[in-house]
Amino acid sequence: MSDIAIEFKDIDKAFMKGDGSRQVILDRVNFAIPAGKTTVIAGGSGQGKSVTLKLILGLMQPDAGQIFVAGNDCTGIRGRALAELRTRFGVLFQGAALFDSLTVFENVALPLRERTKGSEVKIKEQVLASLEQLELLGHEEKFPAQLSGGMKKRVGLARALQLKPEIMLFDEPTTGLDPVMTTEIYHLFARTQKQVGFTAVIVSHDIPKVFNLADQVIVLNNGVMDVFASPEAIQWSEKPHIKEFVKTTMGEIYQSHLVEP
Amino acid sequence: MVQGMRQNSITQLGSFALNVVSDLGRMGLYLLRAVRGCFGRPFRFAEFLRQMNFIGVGSLVVIFFTAASTGMVLGLQGYYSLNKFGAEGMLGSAVALTLIMELGPVLTALMVAGRAGSAMCAELGIMRISEQLDALDCMAVDPFRYLISPKFLAALISVPLLTVVFDVVGIAGGYIAGVHLMGVSPGSYYDGMRSSVTNHDIWLGVVKSFVFGLLVVWICTGRGYFVHQIRGVGFGAQSVSKVTTQAVVFSSISVLVFDYLLTAVLL
Repeated sequence: MSDIAIEFKDIDKAFMKGDGSRQVILDRVNFAIPAGKTTVIAGGSGQGKSVTLKLILGLMQPDAGQIFVAGNDCTGIRGRALAELRTRFGVLFQGAALFDSLTVFENVALPLRERTKGSEVKIKEQVLASLEQLELLGHEEKFPAQLSGGMKKRVGLARALQLKPEIMLFDEPTTGLDPVMTTEIYHLFARTQKQVGFTAVIVSHDIPKVFNLADQVIVLNNGVMDVFASPEAIQWSEKPHIKEFVKTTMGEIYQSHLVEP
Repeated sequence: MVQGMRQNSITQLGSFALNVVSDLGRMGLYLLRAVRGCFGRPFRFAEFLRQMNFIGVGSLVVIFFTAASTGMVLGLQGYYSLNKFGAEGMLGSAVALTLIMELGPVLTALMVAGRAGSAMCAELGIMRISEQLDALDCMAVDPFRYLISPKFLAALISVPLLTVVFDVVGIAGGYIAGVHLMGVSPGSYYDGMRSSVTNHDIWLGVVKSFVFGLLVVWICTGRGYFVHQIRGVGFGAQSVSKVTTQAVVFSSISVLVFDYLLTAVLL
């Protein structure tokens, strides 16, 4: 496997606004996400964090530039090749995106039923094992509407992990959760990453808490991305907009201490 | 100032035209993908049956009452008009032809649009805004084969079948009103119907109901699927409610317009 899981080269993305003008979201953006590590993409609302995720997943196409996944150019691919590419990814959506007409069990079993040829007995075994791992046993017959926010996220994570993805993408994973639940979810991420060994990309504005998980941090600001090798490195930056970002989000001094699984 | 306003209205007109063209293009491609999905393997028999149950069986009661009341009104109204010319013997043929060629297909499609079409639109719209459709895409599960094509197949089969039920119940309703209430002879009602309804008339009704079924399921599911790309409907729950209203209005109008066009071409 390549050392770089995902790479953006000179990516441009802009949207047309209602009045016909262009709103630049990403302006010649370059970054690389190392395999097996956790990268946090941080930035204020409307800075293009979710757009970056959608570009990685092929749900949106860049206006210019190239996107590489595991060394292969994936810009503009469609159809079967895109479906193939997506099997490498697991996604935990902001609202968990559980299918509300299906039970917890059916939600988690869906990728296995649709994408593998395993027998129903095997699927049941695997689903129950992962539900147990995420402390969801006993809830498998419930519907998403009957679950708390934290449980929904855990079911979403269980579903995303079924096909053993190489890369896990987390879109604002702690939005709407209380601080205790947030810490619990982060512990869970660290633990599952250690077990499964996926590359994690976390889009979040939960700063500085989410930095506890980060090996690398990318800050998005007005279409420009700044890449930092560690959360601490952000504080040493001399760039005025980064200094401002640090001041408003973390305070003057911040020390990272990685979460123990 | 005047030039500015003129320029502004031209810009708005252009933007509206672009919007309509891109909407039509999107819906055209959507139809192609949905039809292609009907032939995909494996065939989703369970989902297809669930949709048949929802669109077909679930609509039976409303179709029954609409047909019975339409048929009985046609029986009474027909008797009133035909009696003036002493032609009440033609009642059976008038009721049957009106139902089989016009009212059966149209009213069935309108009822299905209001009952099942709106529900399908809202279901897909909610799935879109809560990222469930994105989640399917990300799991490399084709939402057309998984969700949309079974709805198409179920509608294409159940709308013509419901139309047949409508026709039968309507004709029976006309019989009750004409024969039992107004005293038309049963033989003339039945014979009038048999002698005037041809295979071509029945075929026209079937073609119409098939086309209407396609229009309803296409427009209703398509509006829900593209709820995030439709301009001017707002966001979130409001966008789903507006798009659902739009879906029922657009599909009902399309049914009425196509009814005229098909009658003009095929009659």
